[in-house]
Amino acid sequence: MTHPDYPQTLAAQSVALAEGQFSSVELTQHYLERINRLDGQFNSFITVCPDFAIAQAAEADRRRAAGENGALLGIPYANKDIFCTKGIKTTCASRMLADWQAPYDATVVERLHAAGMVMLGKTNMDEFAMGSSNETSWFGPARNPWDTNRVPGGSSGGSAAAVAARLAPVATGTDTGGSIRQPAALCGVTGLKPTYGRVSRWGMIAFASSLDQGGPMGLTAEDVALMLNAMTGADRRDATSIERAPENFMADLGKPLTGLKVGVPTEFMDAGLSPAIRACVDVTASTLKQLGASIKEVSLPNAGVAVPAYYVVASAEASSNLSRYDGVRFGHRCENPVDLADLYSRSRGEGFGNEVKRRILVGTYVLSAGYYDAWYRKAQQLRRLIQQDYVAAFNDVDVLLGPTTPNTAFALGENIADPLTMYLSDIYTTGVNLAGLPGLSMPGGFVDGLPVGLQLIGNYFDERRVLQVAHQFQQHTDWHSRMPVAAE
Amino acid sequence: MHWETVIGLEIHVQLAAESKIFSGAPTRYGAEQNTQACAVDLGLPGVLPVLNARVVDMAITLGLALGAKIAPASIFARKNYFYPDLPKGYQISQYEQPIVSDGRIEISLPSGETKTIGITRAHLEEDAGKSVHDAFPGYTAIDLNRAGTPLLEVVTEPDMRSPAEAVAYMRAMHALVRYLGICDGNMQEGSFRCDANVSVRPMGSDTFGTRAEIKNINSFRFVERAIEYEVERQIDLIEAGGKVVQETRLYDADKHETRSMRSKEDAHDYRYFPDPDLLPVVVTQSRIDAIKSTLPELPWTRRERYVADFGLELDEARTLAADRPLAEYFEALARTSGDPRQSANWLNGELAANLNRHGVGIESCPVTVERLGKLITRITDGTLSGNLAKQLFEALWNLEGEVDELIDQRGLRQLNDSEAVRALIAQVIEESPTQVAQYRSGKDKVFGYFVGQVMKRSQGKANPQQLNDLLREMLA
Amino acid sequence: MSLSTADLLRVARLARLQIADHEADTYAAQLSGILAHFSLIGEVNTDAIVPLAHAIETVGQLREDVVSEAVDRDQLQAGAPLVENGYYLVPRVIE
Repeated sequence: MTHPDYPQTLAAQSVALAEGQFSSVELTQHYLERINRLDGQFNSFITVCPDFAIAQAAEADRRRAAGENGALLGIPYANKDIFCTKGIKTTCASRMLADWQAPYDATVVERLHAAGMVMLGKTNMDEFAMGSSNETSWFGPARNPWDTNRVPGGSSGGSAAAVAARLAPVATGTDTGGSIRQPAALCGVTGLKPTYGRVSRWGMIAFASSLDQGGPMGLTAEDVALMLNAMTGADRRDATSIERAPENFMADLGKPLTGLKVGVPTEFMDAGLSPAIRACVDVTASTLKQLGASIKEVSLPNAGVAVPAYYVVASAEASSNLSRYDGVRFGHRCENPVDLADLYSRSRGEGFGNEVKRRILVGTYVLSAGYYDAWYRKAQQLRRLIQQDYVAAFNDVDVLLGPTTPNTAFALGENIADPLTMYLSDIYTTGVNLAGLPGLSMPGGFVDGLPVGLQLIGNYFDERRVLQVAHQFQQHTDWHSRMPVAAE
Repeated sequence: MHWETVIGLEIHVQLAAESKIFSGAPTRYGAEQNTQACAVDLGLPGVLPVLNARVVDMAITLGLALGAKIAPASIFARKNYFYPDLPKGYQISQYEQPIVSDGRIEISLPSGETKTIGITRAHLEEDAGKSVHDAFPGYTAIDLNRAGTPLLEVVTEPDMRSPAEAVAYMRAMHALVRYLGICDGNMQEGSFRCDANVSVRPMGSDTFGTRAEIKNINSFRFVERAIEYEVERQIDLIEAGGKVVQETRLYDADKHETRSMRSKEDAHDYRYFPDPDLLPVVVTQSRIDAIKSTLPELPWTRRERYVADFGLELDEARTLAADRPLAEYFEALARTSGDPRQSANWLNGELAANLNRHGVGIESCPVTVERLGKLITRITDGTLSGNLAKQLFEALWNLEGEVDELIDQRGLRQLNDSEAVRALIAQVIEESPTQVAQYRSGKDKVFGYFVGQVMKRSQGKANPQQLNDLLREMLA
Repeated sequence: MSLSTADLLRVARLARLQIADHEADTYAAQLSGILAHFSLIGEVNTDAIVPLAHAIETVGQLREDVVSEAVDRDQLQAGAPLVENGYYLVPRVIE
């Protein structure tokens, strides 16, 4: 077959594969070629694994020939380098794990591979998932395909950039305070953070255990739903994963939005939001109204403390989760340690970048004697208040709509010197993680050529509804199908 | 100045589960280094803990035996510190909400008195690995096999007032956990490890002095000696004008002293917080009831029953009840022989002596309940005298045959025929005029001579009681 | 809400993170700024609010007490920084 125009979405590829228009090997080679040609500009991949991918693709073709026909069979994907992959190194974009080989696959990886997906490589990210710009990576920053002088967002910046640049149809991401939704917004793609406990965290290297969730990223809500089907499910190896009856997240995509009650949190539409993005939110709300939804204002009174509460909790958990990186059993070890204390502090001092060190220091501080009550315990109390706000809102409406980020993609280097500014850009996303609710970002406009993302927040376990709203919106808009020039 | 010693003990009980508390790796002792440490135990990136249901049941079991409160929900917390045998850089333990709290145990002191010791709490946690300091010059070698082994840490109130009380408590707890089947109690293998918190104060004071912690004492004897040393050290220090420092000390059994541990670092700030990877441990009343119904009868209940129903003395009841296999042997023996008191005598006497001499436990006792029971029956029914019974017991121990067979074969049947005995007595009286005269003139001691003589002539088969009565009658 | 360089170094010691002298002041200043902002959490009334440790408050899964892991020591130690005869080695610790 001479270079057909490969369809861009997972859904369309799935149909084409089923119809025999091309093989999975061909499709995979198509992406590998694009990565090879274009990723120098974006640095969205840390590791590309062509041999591994082709072997998986060939296997998928064999399975298809034998009669299998699952929606994900033979579909390539990009895997955030935070998911353990046996045989392919897993680095978390850190010097600490720069050469680390996990002895096992993450549950998410096992499930995607069991469904027949083909792993093109491991994507770039902020180091240990700590960041909102993908600038803290040991392997260099990833760049936004819409403007390579700008950040793609983070921490799942590589995955978002790869999808936006059409270097993979879909990708895995993880979201602790917005790390799927925010890069999806800045790169003009769709990304979902599921309800906490939906996706197993086994093999998903921990940043903040009570907040981390893995989720899918793609060009459309439909693709995200297809991938979500394979990623979710209780796992005996993760005590926090939640047992639920099996669900098809595609089931409600086609349902009209008639009667849907959409709430827009007043606190999200405040002075901190750029007017251009506010306009996108308003237009989106109008579109949803046209599709049958009703819009009303709701209040999340404690929204203003979500960022500090989040950072206190996340840093505390991270400071503990990262204690295992000590140069003893795996990972970076300093040369010629003079004693144990030196082994620890130098291996960790060398292995971790500045942002990781900052968060470990903050986390250690807020847990330390004399500070625990005023900081960590207080933050967990705020967490309950924030959760209560959302629960109250959902008594009133079915889904919340708002901006994903206060601004569009900022320039590389612009915020990295001021951590606080970076943190404050998470104002719309962090509360969702604290409450454990599902949240999605979908493309909803452009400002000065840069994508704007709209966030939909659902009630517990209501991913189907959130995906339905996004899908219906995407049937009536085309933001999601725009392609950056750099990807052509 | 009179000083009072105040002691609290913390015992780490290694629970006898097949697998680790948070992973499916095995817990057997003595495996080659790092062959029982799986990815979870090693704390590799991406791993997660999942709680072993059976260790929860074991904690509940101990809590019930201690009459303690079982928390309906308890929380695992991370205790954060850096040490090479602690792979994750934190230990998963319980802090603010332990699974068991507010219990008590009765201990018996050498004087025979009993005392109740309060149990503040018992909580679940994971064990650390082991450091080997002298295998490789310049290095410490880390073996993580033990990392993740389930522990139950049992903490007492500072209720003990002497090393003897501390040992008595340790023995009672040791017996109890073995009784309940939750721990093998093997101190050499580290299944049962004791830390002692020791302080002194002027007698009559009601505030506590500063305490020092003596770590990792793994024998009853060392506990006693370590505390003795430490108490003296503290008293000497205070009397010389110094102050006791709150610190951790190691007991050196060879030198008989406690030494301050080279500070691992400045005072630990463990930064406890609830472990986000684990949800609260919920214990329902029905689960507690289910475990309660499978609890073996506890040593002290048994002991009371032996006194009340079998008429045993407190001491003998306590000895028998303290060891479950022994108690079960005793009850079976009491049933078979129909004579609980005799059964108790034999068990605490001849049988115990033989078990000790041969270094054997009751589970491997060669004398079956049936045979010993028969032996006792034959004493009760007069067939066998006490002395000869002892001989017969030896034969049973050496598996030489059945009781009745042996009695017949060796002609051990007691002589109960009073006419025959009278005849023998008469013989002796006739042949011993001197002793007769001595006895009749008031020398009571000579009575033994006549007993001995008749016994000799009857090859020991005379019934002692009957002999006594007849002798007194005939010598009068 | 100000963290001195000495405070910072104390926290760094607790966390076993080597911070170079020339960086210590910078970290202290950054952390001071961050914590100053975060301290606004103290302004919200949380009387009688029970801390929320897990967003979804359910019972965790437990496992049966069976040996379910076959430990492949070589595989787990492949790539370990310093291993000898199956032991992980660290500089000699004096107790």
